[in-house]
Amino acid sequence: MPIEVRKPGLSTTVQDTGRNGYYDVGIPPSGALDQFSLTTANLLVGNAPDAAALECVYMGPELHFTEDAVVAVTGAELPPRVNGEERPRWEAFAVSAGDTLDFGFVKGGARAYVAVGGGVDVPVVLGSRSTYGLGALGGVEGRPLVAGDVLPVGAGSGGAGRSVPEELRPALSKEVEVRVVMGLYDHVLSPEGRERFLKTTWTLTPVADRVGFRYKGGELQTVDRTPPFGAGQDPSNIVDAPYPIGSIQVPGGVEPIILHRDAVSGGGYMMIATVISGDLDVVAQSAPNTQTRFVEVSLDDALAARRDYKARGRRVAELLA
Amino acid sequence: MSDTVTPARYSWGGDEHIFVELAEEMSLQANFRAMAITTSLCEERPDGILEICPANASYQVRYDPDVLEPTVLLAQLQEIEKKVGDASDFSLSTRVVEIPVLYQDPWTTETLLRFRDRHQDPDATDIEYAARINGLAGPAEFIVEHTGSPWFTSMVGFVAGLPFMFQMVPRDRQLVVPKYLRPRTDTPKQTVGHGGCFGCIYSVRGAGGYQMFGVTPAPIYDPLQASPDFADFMVYMRPGDIVSFRAIDRDEYEDTLKIVEDHDYRIRSRDVDFGLQPFLDDSDGFNARLLEVLRAD
Repeated sequence: MPIEVRKPGLSTTVQDTGRNGYYDVGIPPSGALDQFSLTTANLLVGNAPDAAALECVYMGPELHFTEDAVVAVTGAELPPRVNGEERPRWEAFAVSAGDTLDFGFVKGGARAYVAVGGGVDVPVVLGSRSTYGLGALGGVEGRPLVAGDVLPVGAGSGGAGRSVPEELRPALSKEVEVRVVMGLYDHVLSPEGRERFLKTTWTLTPVADRVGFRYKGGELQTVDRTPPFGAGQDPSNIVDAPYPIGSIQVPGGVEPIILHRDAVSGGGYMMIATVISGDLDVVAQSAPNTQTRFVEVSLDDALAARRDYKARGRRVAELLA
Repeated sequence: MSDTVTPARYSWGGDEHIFVELAEEMSLQANFRAMAITTSLCEERPDGILEICPANASYQVRYDPDVLEPTVLLAQLQEIEKKVGDASDFSLSTRVVEIPVLYQDPWTTETLLRFRDRHQDPDATDIEYAARINGLAGPAEFIVEHTGSPWFTSMVGFVAGLPFMFQMVPRDRQLVVPKYLRPRTDTPKQTVGHGGCFGCIYSVRGAGGYQMFGVTPAPIYDPLQASPDFADFMVYMRPGDIVSFRAIDRDEYEDTLKIVEDHDYRIRSRDVDFGLQPFLDDSDGFNARLLEVLRAD
């Protein structure tokens, strides 16, 4: 029971929980940038949490349904409408054959997830249906949706009506704190540079996509340093090394970049910290101009935060079981 | 050699990664340690490992800390480091491959001219600049150096299937160039580039900061796996591959492209064994033998 794409939205891609095992040849995990919203949308419509759904950025698509379906929309505050009539977010609702689903203007956050009962059934590539745009891999022909695409949908079993209570939905804010574990090449920063990184309120620039999120807010001093042989000439250069997902690099000491799930897998700019896994969802929901503070945590704190994050996922899963 | 081995530096990359720097500077010895350690870890592969990424002079492991305790993994990696030592007894069964290059081609030339405002020397092309700062008379002499000795693939990544290559010559003969002052937003697909001491082949079109010298007609990434080189996997280059560049003219470029478009092209490749110590003992002789193997028949 396919879905016809009438309008694609700004950048709508098929995403699931991602692919592992190919980062060593430069193929990143991909998958939904906001994993909690993806898995929750799937559970709402009765799918396995790792089914494929649509990730919509800032502006939603217009979709025409050729058969009855159950749909849920989570993540950014992007109000869904069926034939022009608004539907609730974080709640499974029914769509009938011949209906059109589109979206109002975004009121908060950046990325909405549209799950359909049965899941978006594009071919599995290297273990995942996720779109990796730089490598033209997965999803629909390895690219964002375009008008005229037809999305295959698997057989669904869920019904309408299930919802996620307010207190379990993530807060969407224009002022956020993102927890980081410092390390990697943070010793290339001077003590003042390191302190400034943590004290500055950074502003997200419009350069924010699945590969990375770039911030502005000042320059970070590096130590007086001759780059090692092979690295290049700039003090921020290192011998090209692997980049952790969520790592923050600072080319030239200006404009920190958080690499997200379509990360370039390595390169020659010093990385100074890594965003803890659960807070990548917070980054995913940051729209340009979001005021962002980076808060240093220890590995133990990061692991405790991870347990809290997983516990919230389990509460939702139990609720919607 | 063992007295030159510095202890590895371990760092947490958030709650899912361990980053390990074997040396600050690039060297074949550091790369060999990264390969030996990651090969050993691949063999042991404890539950909870998601990714094992060898790199130039470092490596990284991504893991699920709910399955594998970070401190347990760290101890295991330190144990492997000790076991591997200077990696002098590690050897690789690998390939030597030939990559044809049209140097100073129209496409990278057009692209580099569009981004002169981001370059150290706006009045020269990338290859003219690279020749000058490496003390060479001009592009022709640069191409002789670039094609004269083979390159060791010390890392694959940045984007899907992009090889970082380290020329197999003593340090005083290495070609070294800075990266662009600010990265370009565009690089033609299959551009042969260079930054720091590393050569690369851009597997896909996209952003990039390396100097651009030419373009190869040989695809090294094919997500549709339409050609015989990609029958098993969509990525051609692997860490450890030894690469020899060969300069071609425009006619050969066009002829090769036709074969590529018919999905009949195969990169010339021969199996070889590579050990660090035999290479270090006589690098020029070793390289000459590699090229003989590559070009026999």
